[in-house]
Amino acid sequence: MRARYAYTLTLAIVAGIIVAFVMDENRTVSVLSFSLRYAVPLILAAMVGIVCERSGIINIGIEGQMLMSAFAGFFGAAITGNLILGTMIGVGTGMIMGAFLATGAVTWKMDQIIAGTIINIIATGLTSFFYSQGYVLPAITPTLRIPILADIPLVGPVFFDNGLFTYAALLTAVLLWVLLFKTIWGLRTRAVGEKPGSADTSGVNVQRTRFLNVTLAGGLAGLAGAYLSIEAASTFERGLTAGRGFTALAIMIFGAWNPIGALGAALFFGLANGVASQLQADEVIAIPQQFINMLPYILTIVLLAIVSGRVKPPAAVGKPYEKE
Amino acid sequence: MSSSRPTFRATGTPVLEARGITKRFPGVVANKDVSLTIHQGQIVGLLGENGAGKSTLVKMIYGLYSPDEGEILINGEPVKLSGPRDAIRRGIGMVHQHFQLVPVFTVAENVILGDEPRNSMFVNMKKATAEVARLSEEYGLKVDVNAKVEDLPVGAQQRVEILKALYRKAEILIMDEPTAVLTPQETDELLKVMRGFADNGVAVIFITHKLREVLEVADTIEVLRGGQVVGTTTPDQTDQAGLAQMMVGRSVLLRVDKKPATPGNVVLEVEELEVEGGLGLPAVKDATLSVRAGEIVGIAGVEGNGQRELVEALTGLRKAHAKAVTINGNDALGATPHTIHDMGVGHVPEDREKDGVVGQYSIADNMVLNRFDEAEFSSKGIRNRSAVNQLADTLVEEYDVRTPSIQTTAQSLSGGNKQKVVIARELAANPSLLIASQPTRGVDVGSIEFIHSQIVKARDDGAGVLLVSAELDEVMGLSDRILVMYDGRIVAEIDGDNADRNRIGRLMAGGEDTQAS
Repeated sequence: MRARYAYTLTLAIVAGIIVAFVMDENRTVSVLSFSLRYAVPLILAAMVGIVCERSGIINIGIEGQMLMSAFAGFFGAAITGNLILGTMIGVGTGMIMGAFLATGAVTWKMDQIIAGTIINIIATGLTSFFYSQGYVLPAITPTLRIPILADIPLVGPVFFDNGLFTYAALLTAVLLWVLLFKTIWGLRTRAVGEKPGSADTSGVNVQRTRFLNVTLAGGLAGLAGAYLSIEAASTFERGLTAGRGFTALAIMIFGAWNPIGALGAALFFGLANGVASQLQADEVIAIPQQFINMLPYILTIVLLAIVSGRVKPPAAVGKPYEKE
Repeated sequence: MSSSRPTFRATGTPVLEARGITKRFPGVVANKDVSLTIHQGQIVGLLGENGAGKSTLVKMIYGLYSPDEGEILINGEPVKLSGPRDAIRRGIGMVHQHFQLVPVFTVAENVILGDEPRNSMFVNMKKATAEVARLSEEYGLKVDVNAKVEDLPVGAQQRVEILKALYRKAEILIMDEPTAVLTPQETDELLKVMRGFADNGVAVIFITHKLREVLEVADTIEVLRGGQVVGTTTPDQTDQAGLAQMMVGRSVLLRVDKKPATPGNVVLEVEELEVEGGLGLPAVKDATLSVRAGEIVGIAGVEGNGQRELVEALTGLRKAHAKAVTINGNDALGATPHTIHDMGVGHVPEDREKDGVVGQYSIADNMVLNRFDEAEFSSKGIRNRSAVNQLADTLVEEYDVRTPSIQTTAQSLSGGNKQKVVIARELAANPSLLIASQPTRGVDVGSIEFIHSQIVKARDDGAGVLLVSAELDEVMGLSDRILVMYDGRIVAEIDGDNADRNRIGRLMAGGEDTQAS
């Protein structure tokens, strides 16, 4: 049922895009490129949510993890004068933030919502306090045009002529799907998120699996944060993440905790924003920019209202594991 | 009963030996100098009341607890088990009472979890499926290896649990009350499978409180009481009465002693009741039944066939549709639990922890949960403490609730004593209709005897009783009439006096009725 619904929606969107492409090639490519760039941090952040929740831990601190990483990544790159080093600092910061959540939610068995909220508050505080103006990146991020593939009409310029972060996000989603559903790590991770008692008596170390996964997922949040400051904005401002960490949780739910599903949901999100922005820029719809900016949040609420109750989260999510 | 089987002769080193095990918990000694020996191919039945220390003992053998004193030897070698993983590694498997399965995983995935056949980092699902199918074939544990566990009936889920232990090459298999969730047929099948394990050299520790089963399958029976081994025997040296006496420490009446019923007026009349279960699926379909004063109507059925929803609908806890639901002449359809209580209904709910007692309240307060607002116990919104305490004192005495005081919180009582509180409260209000759901679940032999006698007494005093139980023996022992429920429907009505165990078992499993009633 659900699959057919997703299938129909995808077909309709693809058909719409092709019609648009035939009518106006340049505009269509530019809208789609914008959409994909918009989706990149959402894809990565949704993957963070999926890894954590599949392990049984709610990560409401993705927003804060991204913000800290965006901050550390940008100033890291600006100070060291090296984009790669800056990105690595961002990813490292994300992992530290991941380990922070893991310590609270897994080791100390804190309420997971509170642990995540603490991360968000700390991130807002620290990044605002230490923020200073006058730093610039040493260079703009390079793009990688993949030969041959990039020459395909429509698909080529949209998907195969991008910054490295974009490829990383797309690859992460596909890779995570394989990891979750085909590997031993995936089987154990899902067991830990569904029924930790069962995993434990089967010889899987629940606490260690959760700690590791939440920490590693933090690294992905770091990548998303680094993308925002180093590639997308090329600067850091207070509140740069603008709620994307929360939107990502909605995307995770919309994608039914499946990396490929979430990838599709994030792309759909990006597309909705891309189209709305274009319509507004063309003055097809004459509404103030502020309303366009509201779109992601409104869409989040609508999507959640539609899917809530129809998809099933991992059964043990949010519950600290206590041995019998 | 077991005369056809040769007496078990122990040879060689025991695969498992527990020597002088003592385990203390704050305030209690759960095991006191307990010793247990088991050889290859032997089935040891571990029998005892609740709180006798059976679970504590096997949890130590499975590495979940460590003993304070004494030692555990595997193949003659003393071991210190650090946890279940350690126990599994040493060939100990356990089939838990509450299944340790991942509902959304397939059978094969569940079995291999934690010990997966691999191709580098990938799960070798092909090999896993083949291996699990082979085991299932070899031991006669029929199950579809590609089915999701959540879609399987309880009996099949249990087979998955057993496969899990076998897959891990268990040489010692601990089964913790495995028959509690099974139909009589499934139980018989399981006992056969257990015999098969023993013949293959597996040592089986079988925990149960059902005397018939140990007598049928065990080679040796160890009886625990108050944390100590009070007797070791074999099936040909004893019988049910002897075992019950060892367990409880006094002679116990196993059969319910009751006079023929003298049914009077109809107290409950249900016509074409339909109830929805979870997910909006119909749970009770077109149920029509009636209960008269002075009779016990038992509902037999495997759990999950609509009994819970039926009871919840009748007691006002769940919405339902029906042509009519009448209690003592009042329309009870859609009435609140309180109104239904006022119509003269007593309700012993299936889950006493959740619906039967308020754990944080004292025993005294729990005794008046159904009547606290009546004139006897309060006036103008002010509670009459002394009347409540007086009632509680009388009931604690009368129902033999073992507690230091009536001001003790209900949560500190053992399961059996909590259940006595619930029964006492409901019967003290002199109901004309008693709806009792699993009234002796998890309650030990001595308390069962008492609860049964109270239910019969209520009947003899003129109450109608609707009894729902997953224990076929209980339904057969108490009921004057038996209704069998399967898949939400009442599929048969059988006279309680000449009910045939096998026939009911077949009906409970959805089989055809071979005998017109």
